[in-house]
Amino acid sequence: MMAKALKNRDLLLGLVLIALVLAIAARFPGYITPTNLEGIFTDTSILIILALGQMLVILTRCIDLSVASNLALTGMIVAMVNAGAPDLPLAALVLLSALIGLGLGSINGVLVWTLGIPPIVVTLGTLAVYRGVIFVVSDGEWVNAHEMSEVFLNTPRILFLGLPILAWVAILFVLIVAVFLRWTRTGRAFLAVGGNPTAAVYAGLDVGRTQFLAFSISGLLSGICGYLWVSRYAVAYVDVARGFELEVVAACVIGGVSIAGGIGTVTGVVLGALFLGAVKNALPVIGISPFWQLAISGTVIIVAVVINARQEKTAGKLILRDSHRTH
Amino acid sequence: MTMLYDATRFAVPDRLETGWKPRLLRWETLLLAVAAAIFTFNALSSPYFLDPWSLSDATFNFTEKATIALAMALLIIAAEIDLSVASIIALCSVAMGAAAEAGAGTGVLVLIGLGVGALAGAFNGALVTGFGLPSIVVTIGTLSLFRGLAYVVLGDGVYKNYPDSFAFFGQGYVWWVLSFEFVLFLALAVVFGVVLHKTSFGRWIYAIGNNPTAARFSGIRVERVKFLLFVLSGLMAGLASVMLTSRVGSTRPSIAFGWELEIVTMVVLGGVSILGGSGSIPGVVIAAFVMGLVTFGLGLLNVPGIVMSIVIGVMLISVIALPILWRRLQGN
Repeated sequence: MMAKALKNRDLLLGLVLIALVLAIAARFPGYITPTNLEGIFTDTSILIILALGQMLVILTRCIDLSVASNLALTGMIVAMVNAGAPDLPLAALVLLSALIGLGLGSINGVLVWTLGIPPIVVTLGTLAVYRGVIFVVSDGEWVNAHEMSEVFLNTPRILFLGLPILAWVAILFVLIVAVFLRWTRTGRAFLAVGGNPTAAVYAGLDVGRTQFLAFSISGLLSGICGYLWVSRYAVAYVDVARGFELEVVAACVIGGVSIAGGIGTVTGVVLGALFLGAVKNALPVIGISPFWQLAISGTVIIVAVVINARQEKTAGKLILRDSHRTH
Repeated sequence: MTMLYDATRFAVPDRLETGWKPRLLRWETLLLAVAAAIFTFNALSSPYFLDPWSLSDATFNFTEKATIALAMALLIIAAEIDLSVASIIALCSVAMGAAAEAGAGTGVLVLIGLGVGALAGAFNGALVTGFGLPSIVVTIGTLSLFRGLAYVVLGDGVYKNYPDSFAFFGQGYVWWVLSFEFVLFLALAVVFGVVLHKTSFGRWIYAIGNNPTAARFSGIRVERVKFLLFVLSGLMAGLASVMLTSRVGSTRPSIAFGWELEIVTMVVLGGVSILGGSGSIPGVVIAAFVMGLVTFGLGLLNVPGIVMSIVIGVMLISVIALPILWRRLQGN
């Protein structure tokens, strides 16, 4: 019953997304060309990957506000390593970005798990700290495109079966997380822990450990996105992706992930991210000033939350019959 | 089992009032000691610090944030949060800027700033209480929406035609080195302190934060109180917008970007539990001073602003982690 409703929600969001794309394409045929659609997907790839990690965290009743700072710090470090040692193979740099991201994410996880500090406080703190550390390691300097090696910059752009590697990486992570959540014991634990922590403990699950894992995975994905971001925009500086954490949370919320934990699907999150990407890409096509983008995503988030709440509402929540009526 | 209570966000302990007051006092004493230590450190490390005018300057970088923190504290104690406050500043500032272009006088500008702030807060409040939505998500949405509207109106432009008398709110002095901003903040702190700690309205806020169900059964209009708190938070953001706009003398849509996190940090540092139900105004006020002193002291030592965020972040986490570690050590 619940699963059916959720499936319908993803379907609904998918239909809205298609309707949006078609409506724009009706006036502006250039919007729906394969090149442009491919462009939207590639532009949204990093958001999709980050939103997958964020979903795992939110599923366990936590939130990770440090993802953008993690991304920027990791991106800066690999860019500096690349500038300093251009001969280092790319695989080593990608591994390095994954490890740094994992490390930063597990710091969040340890603080939440062992000390029981509320996740929003922990990640507000590390958001500030990681951002500050970028300045310390880089001394405020930029790493520009000409300092980065050819391989470092171009690998995510190589076309494979018509799509750039960057997009394939996103698809790969989507599949991995989908399989992980659906068919592995640990993956099921994420949903159980968020859905009902007390029941999860009785079922023998370690709530704190699962939350730690979620933060670690979110950190790992942020780290890899650090490399992807820096190579895509060909520059690394202190303010890279500042404020992007809210867009990541927004993609999850639009995708139907419940902030109260335990509810969320990979399909929904991917559609949520694509929705934001499609809107962002559509504005210049329609000829609306890009300054509208923020206001539109804000409205979309609010509408999505209202719709989510209607679906999640359970009869047991009403305390007094008229507690909601008078206001 | 105790682990479970730590890890779940919605658990309500059976007994909360035991040892409530002494512990709270100790928290504020600790903060005060930190503030004194930073003050001494600053005074020793820079010869310019103890100058009355430079101390007065130091207040400017936190009074606007601290003014909002007072209202944010009430919201967080009631187990809600408002992440849209910085965007409300931007929206109010743009509204005032547009009005000033149209030739509005100072009094009208202030009314517009406060009015737009209160309206924005009411919008948040209506969404949270009317639809029963989680405030963290709603205000992430309105964070985008309000600043987005500011961008729609102003784009990459700037408003700077403010009347001369408007400058008083951010640049004026009431007496000697005491700025209008600082005096207003202190006065508001007293008002908020009295309301939270000495009135039944204040007790309702604690009751709602600790157990909304029980609060509802005791006849408290939970939704109405929460709605009022959101309006108050918007109003304070409007006030901060008046002071900030007046101080900088111009409006861009990016004004006060990222302030919401610093304000929440200030409140949590002040000993307000992010889970709701506990905290005090004196704590928040001392925390505001601590953050102001740290920022200003590091500034005197030529530490760049972005590095200060490391200090603030570490402070936020350790100030919460240390008592937990301490209790655990005592437990063993």
